[in-house]
Amino acid sequence: MSEQQMTSVPQPQTVPVPRDAVIVGGNRIPFGKAGGAYASASNQAMLTAALDGLVARFGLAGQQVGEVAAGAVLKHSRDFNLTRESVLGSALAPTTPAYDLQQACGTGLETVIQVANKIRLGQLDSGIAGGVDSASDAPIAVGEGLRKALIKANAARTPMQRVKALAGIRPGDLAPETPRNAEPRTGLSMGEHQARTALQWGVPREAQDELAVASHHHLARAWDSGFFDDLATGFLRLSRDEGLRPDTSVERLAQLQPVFGRGEGATMTAGNSTPLSDGAAVVLLSTREWAAERHLPVLARFVDAEVAAVDYVSGDEGLLMAPAYAVPRLLARRGLTLQDFDCYEIHEAFASTVLATLKAWESEEFCRDRLGLDAPLGRIDRDRLNVNGSSLAAGHPFAATGGRIVATLAKLLSEKGPGSRGLVSICAAGGQGVVAILEGC
Amino acid sequence: MADIVQILTTNPLARQLGVPQPTDLRRGRELPSGPVVLATAGGPGSLVRQTLDLLGINPLDALVDTPATRVTETDEEGRTREVPPSYPSRIGAIVLDATALTTVEDLEQVRAVLRPALRSLEASGRVVVVGLEPDTAGAPTAVASQQALQGITRTVGKELRKGATANLVLVDLLTGTPTTAADLASTLSFLLEGRSAYVSGEILHVGHAGDAAAPAPARRPFEGQIVVVTGAGRGIGAAIAETFARDGAMVVAVDVAAGGEGLSKVANRIGGHALQLDITAPDAGSRIAGHVAQRFGEAARIHTVVHNAGITRDKLLVNTDEERWASVLEVNLAAQIRINAVLLERSLPGGLDDGGRIVTVSSTTGLAGNAGQASYAASKAGLLGLVRAMGADPRLAERGITVNAVAPGVIATEMWGKVPLVKRELGQRMNSLQQAGRPVDVAEAIAHLADPATAAVTGQVLRVEGQLMIGA
Ligand SMILES: NC(=O)c1ccc[n+]([C@@H]2O[C@H](COP(=O)([O-])OP(=O)(O)OC[C@H]3O[C@@H](n4cnc5c(N)ncnc54)[C@H](O)[C@@H]3O)[C@@H](O)[C@H]2O)c1
Repeated sequence: MSEQQMTSVPQPQTVPVPRDAVIVGGNRIPFGKAGGAYASASNQAMLTAALDGLVARFGLAGQQVGEVAAGAVLKHSRDFNLTRESVLGSALAPTTPAYDLQQACGTGLETVIQVANKIRLGQLDSGIAGGVDSASDAPIAVGEGLRKALIKANAARTPMQRVKALAGIRPGDLAPETPRNAEPRTGLSMGEHQARTALQWGVPREAQDELAVASHHHLARAWDSGFFDDLATGFLRLSRDEGLRPDTSVERLAQLQPVFGRGEGATMTAGNSTPLSDGAAVVLLSTREWAAERHLPVLARFVDAEVAAVDYVSGDEGLLMAPAYAVPRLLARRGLTLQDFDCYEIHEAFASTVLATLKAWESEEFCRDRLGLDAPLGRIDRDRLNVNGSSLAAGHPFAATGGRIVATLAKLLSEKGPGSRGLVSICAAGGQGVVAILEGC
Repeated sequence: MADIVQILTTNPLARQLGVPQPTDLRRGRELPSGPVVLATAGGPGSLVRQTLDLLGINPLDALVDTPATRVTETDEEGRTREVPPSYPSRIGAIVLDATALTTVEDLEQVRAVLRPALRSLEASGRVVVVGLEPDTAGAPTAVASQQALQGITRTVGKELRKGATANLVLVDLLTGTPTTAADLASTLSFLLEGRSAYVSGEILHVGHAGDAAAPAPARRPFEGQIVVVTGAGRGIGAAIAETFARDGAMVVAVDVAAGGEGLSKVANRIGGHALQLDITAPDAGSRIAGHVAQRFGEAARIHTVVHNAGITRDKLLVNTDEERWASVLEVNLAAQIRINAVLLERSLPGGLDDGGRIVTVSSTTGLAGNAGQASYAASKAGLLGLVRAMGADPRLAERGITVNAVAPGVIATEMWGKVPLVKRELGQRMNSLQQAGRPVDVAEAIAHLADPATAAVTGQVLRVEGQLMIGA
């Protein structure tokens, strides 16, 4: 054996477990409205653009990071290797491994948890986490009748057999099956589910509209002040989120008719619900050493995360209420109270989701009966909630939301200084909730 | 993207119709292929010979056109005529040292060496005349004779064909701080090489770098240096970033977030950094310095900052309101004055290094004005005043910092492609090279001014316009 080969034998390492995973920075493209600026951009194009912007920001062109984990909720079957294909199309070294991961709207945050945990375990020194979604370029499936006929025609040996197979197609078979924003087990849309929760928790229309207006105003101010200069990169013709309405007002939102729920109790409008969106977001994580070696900033430390799921199918709990369960479990594990945070990032699937969750934590009954706690978690300081806007204003390309929130929060915490604490809470289809804690560096 | 003018002019039919065909210019760090000829006028000067020596160029002696040296040529029909002596093969350049020229009679020597040389000059060949700053020449006759060189050089520029250029370099020899060969080397190298492809009819001023002699010109002069380029997301700025990266620099490419897609492509292509920043932000200077200090270490300093970001808001002055007016002056002039002030703080981590360079992108519009561009012309003319004042600032001179501008003429960027065809065709023909310049031509001029070897040039404006026929 040559000396060269001998030295290349990997030496067993003793890795101090666990070590810190830190957030170096993030990048997203401005989010587009479904059918808007990114109407003809594919998931791969958007994810590649988000990666390239991150690489350029941190001067990583041609370099290899430990891995890239990302995903999309609405995915074409040709995109089976979406993240790896995006890496290959990006400025990262082609030797960078990548994989797809999916947990509905929790995808982005789940990839952060995954990469952070691998870093903490010593399996990676660096990694990129993120997600992308396009509601514009959503896969369209053909109906079952057409699908069967096509398979038969494909398998046909003679032209006659093929003609026969195709002749079996009925006009009704030609209607495409578009993906529905509906729960497979209940047939109800997410909005209908949330309308029930809003009604159950008595979340008033005005409060929802106020939250939505705050989201727009906060996000607009953040863009104006240059907060996103090092968090977002223009893409196609967008330099800001397409759905952002800086001049919206409670009066204006009050004009809108409810779109979910029925009759008197219907409070949810297009103004206080998140629109379908297109976009991508990624986050760069690493060890402190990896960042220091490259003179890269360290914005925040990944502290811990928790995922919960609820039984929404039987109607036992609201579809989007799982974070209400995940957060107290995480707080208990870390020995923290709900008030121990400088920033709260609660994903605004609907304004009423945020408000119902906050109400649940304030409710003695919920905290006792559902969470088994002696006392309610209590109120949060609303001035610390989504201070730079959230999904109602930015939009919500499902898998991209986690990356958007984590990068935004990490920067906020780094501005607040070492030891500041932030909570991320994201509800997801299928009755799941993904939550995490970051700490400013 | 094929330019319509390009199609028109490379089309064989267009050629038959007599549309002049623009020559493909020699570009990059390429010397002419033929030999460099050295001539003197007014007496033997040693400055240019020493400078060529520094550059490793071994020149040929010039042929001189006198009645005695002319040869008789007979054509097919038996008619004879006297022609100047001719070089055995095409020459690449003639460099004329006219620093000793003091009389009107001496100017005959200029004619006598240029005549044979121009007849043998290769495509993209070079005429470089080196003279004195006229006002330092002494007697009125000497001043007049030196000034005459400007008329000669600019006319030769207009007479040359096939991408050849003529430029005049003015030096100080009779002052207390005479220009040395080391001072001149970088400028002479630039003018001879393809880097100066779109510079013609230009007068360049080379002074003296002071005690610390300028380093010799190198192929990758920015190796290991940090260079900040604003407006680097597209157009000329992207070419500037690429040119500095080619020459070894670590480039921090700055542009607004809206231009982020282009910016990240540029930064990734050259292995640099993208810094999204609106240069009009009040803290723009400290954010640039902060980025450099954080990403390259507290001790890191910027070698060159290139102020290229610029905008136009064209309207006749009679139709211009205060908002339009202000935005152009803010981006093109006020922002960089603020940024310079911050980066020049000596103790600032990530600020401009001693021996550093500031290069700003003005415009020929700043020199000549242009209908509908009062605010733009104001900003670009203002830059000329700015570099002159900073170039004369002894505190900067003491630190070895130079401040210069380039003034591009018609440069074929995507923006230029949107100009209506006829206007565009006229615009790109109205210069001695009969074509629009390329972004890289501006970039090369900027990189030349930023070169550590170009230490003896400060407070100057270098036009990159192929010698426009109109304007100043
Ligand atoms: N193209 C020409 O023919 C020509 C001629 C003379 C001078 N110039 C000058 O050359 C420079 C570049 O011109 P170009 O043709 O490449 O223009 P361009 O418009 O293609 O590029 C200018 C770049 O500057 C950026 N920019 C604008 N405002 C900014 C700000 N506030 N902060 C940061 N970045 C900002 C833009 O986003 C853009 O990427 C300009 O200063 C222009 O005035 C151009």
